[in-house]
Amino acid sequence: MKGKLLPAFFAAGLTLLLGASVLGVQLQSQGIETVVVVHGPLTWLGLFAAAAVVFAYQLVKDRVQRVRQNARQGSRFRLPAFLENHAQRRLMIALAIGALLMFPFMAERSAVDIATLTLIYVMLGLGLNVVVGLAGLLDLGYVGFYAVGAYTYALLNSYFGFSFWEALPIAGGMTALFGYLLGFPVLRLRGDYLAIVTLGFGEIIRILLNNLTEITGGPNGIARIPEPSLFNLQFARRADEGYTSFHEFFGIAYDPTHKVIYLYILALLFALAVAYIIYRLMRMPIGRAWEALREDDIACRSLGLNPTGVKLSAFTIGASFAGIAGSIFAARQGFISPLSFTFIESAIVLAIVVLGGMGSQLGVVLAAVAMTLLPEIAREFNEYRMLLFGLIMVLMMVWRPQGLLPLKRPQMELKRG
Amino acid sequence: MADTPLLSVRELSMRFGGLLAVDRVSMDVAPCEVVSIIGPNGAGKTTVFNCISGFYRPTGGEVIFEGKPMHRLPGFKIARAGMVRTFQNVRLFKEMTVIENLLVAQHMQAERNLLKGLFLTRGFRRREAELMDRAAHWLERVGLIEFANREAGNLAYGQQRRLEIARCMVTQPKLLMLDEPAAGLNPNETRDLDRLIVQLKEEEGITVLLIEHDMSLVMGISDRIYVVNQGQPLANGTPEQVRRNPEVIKAYLGEE
Repeated sequence: MKGKLLPAFFAAGLTLLLGASVLGVQLQSQGIETVVVVHGPLTWLGLFAAAAVVFAYQLVKDRVQRVRQNARQGSRFRLPAFLENHAQRRLMIALAIGALLMFPFMAERSAVDIATLTLIYVMLGLGLNVVVGLAGLLDLGYVGFYAVGAYTYALLNSYFGFSFWEALPIAGGMTALFGYLLGFPVLRLRGDYLAIVTLGFGEIIRILLNNLTEITGGPNGIARIPEPSLFNLQFARRADEGYTSFHEFFGIAYDPTHKVIYLYILALLFALAVAYIIYRLMRMPIGRAWEALREDDIACRSLGLNPTGVKLSAFTIGASFAGIAGSIFAARQGFISPLSFTFIESAIVLAIVVLGGMGSQLGVVLAAVAMTLLPEIAREFNEYRMLLFGLIMVLMMVWRPQGLLPLKRPQMELKRG
Repeated sequence: MADTPLLSVRELSMRFGGLLAVDRVSMDVAPCEVVSIIGPNGAGKTTVFNCISGFYRPTGGEVIFEGKPMHRLPGFKIARAGMVRTFQNVRLFKEMTVIENLLVAQHMQAERNLLKGLFLTRGFRRREAELMDRAAHWLERVGLIEFANREAGNLAYGQQRRLEIARCMVTQPKLLMLDEPAAGLNPNETRDLDRLIVQLKEEEGITVLLIEHDMSLVMGISDRIYVVNQGQPLANGTPEQVRRNPEVIKAYLGEE
């Protein structure tokens, strides 16, 4: 401690000296004379406070650095011990799902609405995590698949009157097909090149939607997309011909929150299903092949794995999740236009994956929550939203380049005495 | 040499632009035989390997494996046919665990039906258990069983080499191709490797094609040796014949 006192004093003195000469005194010309103006006590108080901060920091600098180093070295974040146990973990997951199911009945309508959007981002994050985090294919055009999913439902509905439930599997299949068709020519590219081509793909989809005015309505988008029904019970005030509405069936007063809550629960169930499917995929031969391919594709080939096939499967499966998320998005908004599918959406979803920790599901969920809630909470800083976003990214890269909760190994364990 | 070779290479040539890296190399490998390819640095040994295993498409000649032409097939199909190789510089999946490395290698034997995996059917579980057992068996064989749940990248170099061989073996190959398996190993580890290769041949009936610089290893375990120099076949025969061949001595030691 003693050895640090002198340098700390020195640093504080230096701060004071430099600060005082820049901020404390000023030269001003009055007439033909130049006078030295000494600033008021408030400035000086600020300067002394700054010097004190520098002094204090110099004293604890070592410790701060040690903490930073630990944060960097402790790259494998360990879950709290009670989550390591299998049965207890199941209990925690069940409790969490229970709490999430209860949430809409307690919260305000707007909060539930935002939660639905968050869940859509969770789905997108999990889907992109398959492509980027597990298979290691940098995809910057993920929003393209999201758009295909949303527009598939919207178009099928407005032209052919398909309901949400009829359109959903088609939307999933359609985006999977798009993923496959795009993947086929581009997957022989690697890294940066792949990123550029997928970026282009996302833009092509958006521009197509914008310009195929006769079909998609162009920039005007598609309006009056109906929300999903619950076993043929509709959530509108007045049901269509031949349908019953939800409130009439149960004999309760019409309340628009029913619809919001229903959409939330729907999104929650889909997000849980997606999470479970990916959890299983990671422990299946295909998931292992994705990870192996990310690490070394030459070794994969030498073991009889077809790299193109493995990549295509990751691309296709990841895309289909985006399609389902897109359909739910269209149903929630009731209105979609190409403006909802700009590059920034891809960037946000990618940021979710990177922030969460590549390949880590819990991390991606947390990051998705953070990335959608933060802008909502910081509404006043609306103009600085992008700035904040960039700042968080930079800080993350400095402090935890591996993400909030990096992928924890192993997925498969040899259990034996 | 048996009358029907497992692998037969005819007049294999590989040209990179103006450079003829491999010039009409032929060889036969009979079942259950250990055959080595030796030659000075830059002689084209690894290029021959890359051509046989489908990582390069040879510009001339043919590769016949079990009577089927292989020289037009991509690498992964050749691996599926039963010719599996290791690499000069170890290529493990370093961030995956040892056991996962062996599970990935058994991808072709795994139950890959997505629905069966998603719903964890009994068939899927049984198949995964089989893969796990085979992996454990081979880990025991190469003495890495206690490291099963470690990350492969954290193993010592010699252990990584052995894991790479185990990873080939779980695919149940007919021909194992080892590219300088003893490179970077200490004498003890080399002796272990020697013993392992002999065991593979005698207990598993595996055919081994080997590139190696360690002459004591090569002379000890090879049934036959092919010598390649500057892309051209120089000599072949039993270790004894090769050792006495004046051409080989000249290529290795230079002319008087």
